[in-house]
Amino acid sequence: MAEINIQDIIKPENLVYKKTRLMTDKTLSYCPGCGHGTAHRLIMEVIEEMGKEHDTIGVAPVGCSVLAYEFMNIDMQEAAHGRAPALATGIKRLWPDKVVFTYQGDGDLAAIGTGETIHACNRGENIVIVFINNGIYGMTGGQMAPTTLVGMKTSTTPYGRDVAQMGNPLKITELVAQLPGTYYVTRQAVHTPAAVRKAKRAIRKAFENQVNKKPGLSFVEVVSNCNSGWKMTPVDANNWMEENMFPFYNLGDIKVDGKLIEK
Amino acid sequence: MGELRLMKGNEALAEAAIRAGVDGYFGYPITPQSEVIEYLTAEKPYERTGMVVLQAESEVASINMLYGAGATGKKAMTSSSSPGISLMQEGISYIAGAEIPVVLVNVVRGGPGLGDIQPSQSDYFQTTKGGGHGDYRLIALAPSSVQEMSDFVPLAFELAFKYRNPAIIVSDGAIGQMMEKVELFEQMPRMTDEEIRAKYKWATNGKLEDGTRRIITSLDLDPYKLEEHNLKLQKKYKEIEENEVRYEKIMCDDAEYIIVAYGLSARISQKAIQLLREKGIKAGLLRPITLWPFPTKQIKELVDSGIKGFLSVEMSAGQMVEDVKLAVNGKVKVEHFGRLGGVVHSPEEVVEALEQKIIGG
Amino acid sequence: MTEEIIIAGFGGQGVLSMGKILAYSGIMQNQEVSWMPAYGPEMRGGTANVTAIISDERISSPILQVFDTAIILNQQSMDKFESAVKPGGILLYDPNGISHHPSRKDINIYKVEGAKLAAEMGNTKIFNMVVLGAYLKIRPIVKLENVMKGLKKSLPERYHKLLPLNEDAINMGMKNVITVQEV
Ligand SMILES: Cc1ncc(C[n+]2csc(CCOP(=O)(O)OP(=O)(O)O)c2C)c(N)n1
Ligand code: SF4
Ligand SMILES: [Mg+2]
Repeated sequence: MAEINIQDIIKPENLVYKKTRLMTDKTLSYCPGCGHGTAHRLIMEVIEEMGKEHDTIGVAPVGCSVLAYEFMNIDMQEAAHGRAPALATGIKRLWPDKVVFTYQGDGDLAAIGTGETIHACNRGENIVIVFINNGIYGMTGGQMAPTTLVGMKTSTTPYGRDVAQMGNPLKITELVAQLPGTYYVTRQAVHTPAAVRKAKRAIRKAFENQVNKKPGLSFVEVVSNCNSGWKMTPVDANNWMEENMFPFYNLGDIKVDGKLIEK
Repeated sequence: MGELRLMKGNEALAEAAIRAGVDGYFGYPITPQSEVIEYLTAEKPYERTGMVVLQAESEVASINMLYGAGATGKKAMTSSSSPGISLMQEGISYIAGAEIPVVLVNVVRGGPGLGDIQPSQSDYFQTTKGGGHGDYRLIALAPSSVQEMSDFVPLAFELAFKYRNPAIIVSDGAIGQMMEKVELFEQMPRMTDEEIRAKYKWATNGKLEDGTRRIITSLDLDPYKLEEHNLKLQKKYKEIEENEVRYEKIMCDDAEYIIVAYGLSARISQKAIQLLREKGIKAGLLRPITLWPFPTKQIKELVDSGIKGFLSVEMSAGQMVEDVKLAVNGKVKVEHFGRLGGVVHSPEEVVEALEQKIIGG
Repeated sequence: MTEEIIIAGFGGQGVLSMGKILAYSGIMQNQEVSWMPAYGPEMRGGTANVTAIISDERISSPILQVFDTAIILNQQSMDKFESAVKPGGILLYDPNGISHHPSRKDINIYKVEGAKLAAEMGNTKIFNMVVLGAYLKIRPIVKLENVMKGLKKSLPERYHKLLPLNEDAINMGMKNVITVQEV
């Protein structure tokens, strides 16, 4: 039998998947199994497919994705913790024809940056916010986030999140959906191929809204895992997410074309 | 002797906060000091002493929670690292203006900006020259060991309340993260509400029985009144400068050259002095313990005693060296040495710097 | 007496806890100690190292460039720290996974098959204790009874049943340290 050479397999006609040009070749700094990498890729694929490579400015947060600008091969800015929507506002107001987005974690968007988030949404800035909700502060070693579930153990809630002490997990996505300034608000996930396809459609819709100058901000939450912070294997983390996060953070559209979805 | 433990600097500081009878801690996680709030939440201080611990949604929130709590006469504290302390500056200025005794902790990391999470001393200017707006001062204590991370908590509160002035403990990533033997002091009682009301008449915790109403503010739209307030603050600062300078001298008695260094740099410089003495060079160490008030007088005395040169060793581009120069006033040579951005200089590098910049130069 | 030690290997090899146990042992016999880890997210799953100092006097710098002893548990650490041993100092290593063995002629070199011995004892987690045993054989700076006291202090109560196993591991290391070169 003739020996098969790897070069015989690597041919254009055999290609089933290709990494988008808009992701750099840098090795992702994320823990294996983390959702951040997939979310990055989806945004970059959408921007490539929409032909907006040269017209997009992204704003990276402070959090595990602080280095998003190393991986997203477009113009990027790095904000101070929580301030990304303010930077994005500044950019978009001066460059209304550019595509502007922020990429933020739950600590960044819903704790230290709540004010910036609410006001950017309320002003109806014509930007996209991609919000990675993993229910924890991944970057700093697993402290409580505003989105941490009741009873969930973190390094600052070592006995589980206690509502009397720390309040309830903040559904900031439902909250911003109430503001007239938001045009599209949705909650997605990236832990299975089906979820990834759906999430990509949602991200695409968000960016299309912006390009088509629809009135208001498009907000895409991605419920994601943090296996390191949750102290689980990636597979266990995804199962735990399905069993615990999704029942509280229901997936699906919350507001479409400026109208709240009746549930 | 108190209880002996092997602890990280951050943990020792947190334990000391409980033992010092602190009423409230408000903070937001940031490396390299998140162990403070992690330790506090694990220890359940509410059950131990009634101390409240709250994770705020940002440092802006933390410092303003501190402002509110401190203005009631309670002992309130926060800790953070450089970017978080920058974010607090507005609040710190208000607190200093309103003369609220609170304790802040900065476990300094490399900057500027987001920088890195390695130990640094580049927040000296921010700490001692006023990072926020207006003419104000913070009493600044610089621990150089895990033991001092513990001991300086009650000391900082004592000074803060004595002068109704915010005090800050300026540490760095290394002192926060390293473990050393620490002798813990005995639990001090928290003051009761009645004691606080009786002792701190300025505090806003409800009108006094005689109907006296207290106001905490940093605002005065009448410039003459605000000038008067500022003069009062300046008088207080002068008093602190006269009474509260703290420092340590190591092998200065027969020294020809002096290294001035605080915190981690002082530890490294102490080793450098040993190495220098092994080479026959008579070097000594002056370690400012209070960065403000600065040991200006002690440096002047050293100059008068015939010291040939001073090397200011800091993990910065040269900040404290300006205060050393002011004290030396041009009489002998003063140089700076230090690595930047979170790189820690080695004792050997300090030796070389003294030889080249002071002795050889 | 002042002993300045660097312990370096992969995260998860028990590098940091070995240093901690040494430090605790020092406290048990009234010495001054310091334990300074390299820290940060770059440590996740990567290399880990800690500087441990035990002394009869107040300790000056907790961060050092040269060491009396280097305990080295992987190749990256060998590349980084072989040159950092003071002339006449000690380099102790586990040959498992080491491709470039130490080549300096002016230091004392020892090795111990820590990973192998721990596996033979049926618990790879006590690997660091085997290496610690080997080190204490070469440099008996702390008494075994104080090590056990230190271990007890640094282990949470629920692990105290493992103390005898740890002691066995230390003894195993003591018995199996191999002298490569002495100067
Ligand atoms: C002013 C300021 N405070 C605190 C920090 C420390 N810090 C860095 S990331 C982070 C939390 C990140 O959590 P999240 O936004 O949920 O992102 P994740 O890492 O989970 O993706 C914190 C508190 C900082 N960098 N700046
Ligand atoms: S710590 Fe959590 S959020 Fe950060 S990269 Fe790892 S898994 Fe992802
Ligand atoms: Mg998060």
